[in-house]
Amino acid sequence: MNEMTKLTPKDFETDQEVRWCPGCGDYAILKAVQRIMPEIGAIPEKTVFVSGIGCSSRFPYYMETYGFHTIHGRAPAVATGVKLANPELDVWIITGDGDALSIGGNHTMHLIRRNLDCQFLLFNNEIYGLTKGQYSPTSRVGTRSPSTPFGSVDRPVTPCAFALGSGARFVARGIDTHKNLGNVLKAAHGHRGTSFVEIYQNCIVYNDDVFAPFTAKPNAAENQLWVEHGKPMLFNGGTMGIALDRIDLHLHVVDVVDGNWQAAGVLVHDENNRGIAHMLVDMRVDQGLPIALGVIYQNPAPTFESAVVEQNAAAAKGKKPDLQALIAKGQNWTVEA
Amino acid sequence: MATAARDVNTETTAHPNEEAVVVRFAGDSGDGMQLTGGQFTLSTALAGNDLATFPDFPAEIRAPQGTLFGVSAFQINFGSEAIDTAGDMADVLIAMNPAALKSNLSGLRLGGLIIADEGEFGPRNLAKAGYAVSPLTDDSLAKWQLLGFNISQLTLDSVKPFGLGNKEALRCKNMWTLGLALWMFDRERGPIIEWLKAKFAKNPTLADANIAALNAGHAYGETAELTGPLKQHHIAKAEAEPGLYRTVTGSDSIALGLVAGAQLAGLPMFFGGYPITPASAILHNLSKYKEYGVTTFQAEDEIAAIASAIGASYAGQLGITSSSGPGIALKGEAMGLAIMTELPLVIINSQRGGPSTGLPTKTEQSDLYQAVYGRNGDAPLPVIAARSPSDAFDCAIEAVRIATQYMTPVMLLTDGYIANAAEPWKVPDMSTYEPFPVTFLDHVPDGGFRPYSRDEKLARPWVKPGTPGLIHRIGGIEKQVDTGHIDYNPANHQAMTDLRQAKVAGIADSIPDQAVDLGEAGAKLVFVGWGSTYGPIHQAVRRARAKGLDVAHIHIRHIWPLPKNLGDLLRSFGKVIVPEMNTGQLKTVLRDQYLVDARPLNKVSGQPFRIAEIEAAIEEALS
Repeated sequence: MNEMTKLTPKDFETDQEVRWCPGCGDYAILKAVQRIMPEIGAIPEKTVFVSGIGCSSRFPYYMETYGFHTIHGRAPAVATGVKLANPELDVWIITGDGDALSIGGNHTMHLIRRNLDCQFLLFNNEIYGLTKGQYSPTSRVGTRSPSTPFGSVDRPVTPCAFALGSGARFVARGIDTHKNLGNVLKAAHGHRGTSFVEIYQNCIVYNDDVFAPFTAKPNAAENQLWVEHGKPMLFNGGTMGIALDRIDLHLHVVDVVDGNWQAAGVLVHDENNRGIAHMLVDMRVDQGLPIALGVIYQNPAPTFESAVVEQNAAAAKGKKPDLQALIAKGQNWTVEA
Repeated sequence: MATAARDVNTETTAHPNEEAVVVRFAGDSGDGMQLTGGQFTLSTALAGNDLATFPDFPAEIRAPQGTLFGVSAFQINFGSEAIDTAGDMADVLIAMNPAALKSNLSGLRLGGLIIADEGEFGPRNLAKAGYAVSPLTDDSLAKWQLLGFNISQLTLDSVKPFGLGNKEALRCKNMWTLGLALWMFDRERGPIIEWLKAKFAKNPTLADANIAALNAGHAYGETAELTGPLKQHHIAKAEAEPGLYRTVTGSDSIALGLVAGAQLAGLPMFFGGYPITPASAILHNLSKYKEYGVTTFQAEDEIAAIASAIGASYAGQLGITSSSGPGIALKGEAMGLAIMTELPLVIINSQRGGPSTGLPTKTEQSDLYQAVYGRNGDAPLPVIAARSPSDAFDCAIEAVRIATQYMTPVMLLTDGYIANAAEPWKVPDMSTYEPFPVTFLDHVPDGGFRPYSRDEKLARPWVKPGTPGLIHRIGGIEKQVDTGHIDYNPANHQAMTDLRQAKVAGIADSIPDQAVDLGEAGAKLVFVGWGSTYGPIHQAVRRARAKGLDVAHIHIRHIWPLPKNLGDLLRSFGKVIVPEMNTGQLKTVLRDQYLVDARPLNKVSGQPFRIAEIEAAIEEALS
């Protein structure tokens, strides 16, 4: 790498024709990722994007870095092998709601509990786009789709709750077209360990406006709570806040008068607080609560690959590899000539 | 049309001479029969006999005591001549309870010796095994020689000074039995006493008790007033090439071969595995070899095991995964990914009885179709089959060579028998192995970098992420010839399919011509085998030839692609018979590839072929 050359977002674009539908939220996410790459000091050849299958998983083809478009649901497993083989690589996993939580749910769980150092970007559009619009594990009850013409009957999973339940040490949320996405991605990159990021991504063809209740302009202020460590949980221009009902132990909305959030009992966001994080990720617009966005939980722990490298080194310490001796080891005997 | 292996249980002798003995230890799965067998094997090897073993145990870890399905057995064939199989019929059966006697009696030759622990032949155990009357007393064992004594009581007496509880004391029974067996065949106790001391280093009382039981069993043979069948046997040392020897199981030798292969390729190794019988021991073994650049990863499932290995190969290590049939089925899609992305990968399949869960602890060769054909799309990959525990070492090296030289996944087939069976192995001199160092592409070549450009072997370059100037993307979608970009064009898919096919077919240029193991090309009859049937086929053909029959033995290591001369070679024989522990899978491949009239000889019982079964088939084919 030439230290003198300052990279630009353009340096992270490939010559490949982008094949998402016009108006797809994936374009905005791609732009956000390319935008932050120079800011985080990414070195193209030391960066690897690993994806599974689905619309989102075409992502690596459009990043001027190393990339591996693998098979459905298995990106976390492939990424684990990549990172264990070369811990110096900066590994990003690109996945979707079907890829990460349905066919690959098992791998997602184990990636998170092991805490492999990587960024895990889950593009959640609550639908199977590439197979033409079937309902997904994050679709709400009643979703009409080619496979559920009378509406889906099974309850959806909440990705961030799943991540916390699997032991995640970093959980964040963003929205494809929101300007804050870049900051969320930068925070994810800055965290060592599995950084779980759910990105609400609009599928313009099969599930258009499914997030409109909190993403549409008129709804945004009232229904988006951007949390920041050490700052009060305020939204709607500072006129509303989130407080904890200390009797029933649930979060609720309080009005903030004249900016006096302390008087209203608004919580200060502590990203180390796992209990509150569980409550934050469960907030839903249809319950009269805003959607929690930003870095909801962060509490670093030792990473998987560093533990593996450490143990390998400790176990090998002072032992000289001698293949001839190894194969002769054990109880052996000599037949004399 | 398929010929079932003939039932030849009625034979009276298993051996052409008396220089070899087959002993079968059988007991409850909690009785420690595998341990006893393993230690007896070691002492036999140290005594200089050639040997082969057959551990035969149930899938249940501790089945209810005394039941037929809880019986665990260990057979060993040893002698002063070359031993290739664990022996057809046992000469000595050591039965630790009625269930062990009942389920193993059919494998004891007529006139063979039964040693039974009378202490375990009480009403409850007899009932569990389905005996109305004790077979030790009702003359039903008259066709055999019977020796019953109360091993349980003798063991309790011998360990009395150590103050163990009754249950713990009885667990020394297997050492008492081993002591008796050591006396019967004039074996040294020293190495086993050393082993017991090491095993129970943290509990010297248990070590002393076990050693006392071992000595008591030995002394019993030596001093007791035994008339009749119990006598000491002296078996001369086998003729063996001079050199250093050890015993290996297939699981040992595959792990060692993979380490050796990685060293010859100059690569660190990444092994992704998921526990499954009978393949887990490879993971266990490799997890100890950290100083050889080995990383082992116990994944969350079979798919993650192979996917992580592919990821490691992509990042520049030697990715390896291992499983048995059901796990291999789960890995199928990922194998396709490795084929599409043309990354090196070694996949080991320790075959077991199928389909589905099948017979987890029994042996079978029924995954050959799965190995050669079992993936979606036209997805060729090379397949190698090991014939014995010691052969598996070289096969593992060969698998690594092909994977890294041709940038392809390779499947190595072994089976439950090879994985668990032990045999003496002349430790090879590693300096005689030709290294095959891997060269990663680390610069832009003249004319520019194209990820799917090819060398003379049609292999694409291996580029490690992290290499400046060679940034590129790969994936499971069809690749454009040369550039590796996504390309769905009809002509391109045809061209890439042809290239993948031609690359794997071209591996035949780097493998030796098929040799004839016994006999000559052009014989009236040839028996063509693969995998662990080597021993029984070889012995049967040897015996038939000694009787003057014109029969040959061919044993195929390279299942796919097949050796180039194999078609002409097979066509030179009058008749071709393919014995397999499946319903005729290699037979189908040979017919398809060469239009030869290969006939099947099948056995799918979870048990290896007996020599006599194959001998009978030879005689029938030539009559």
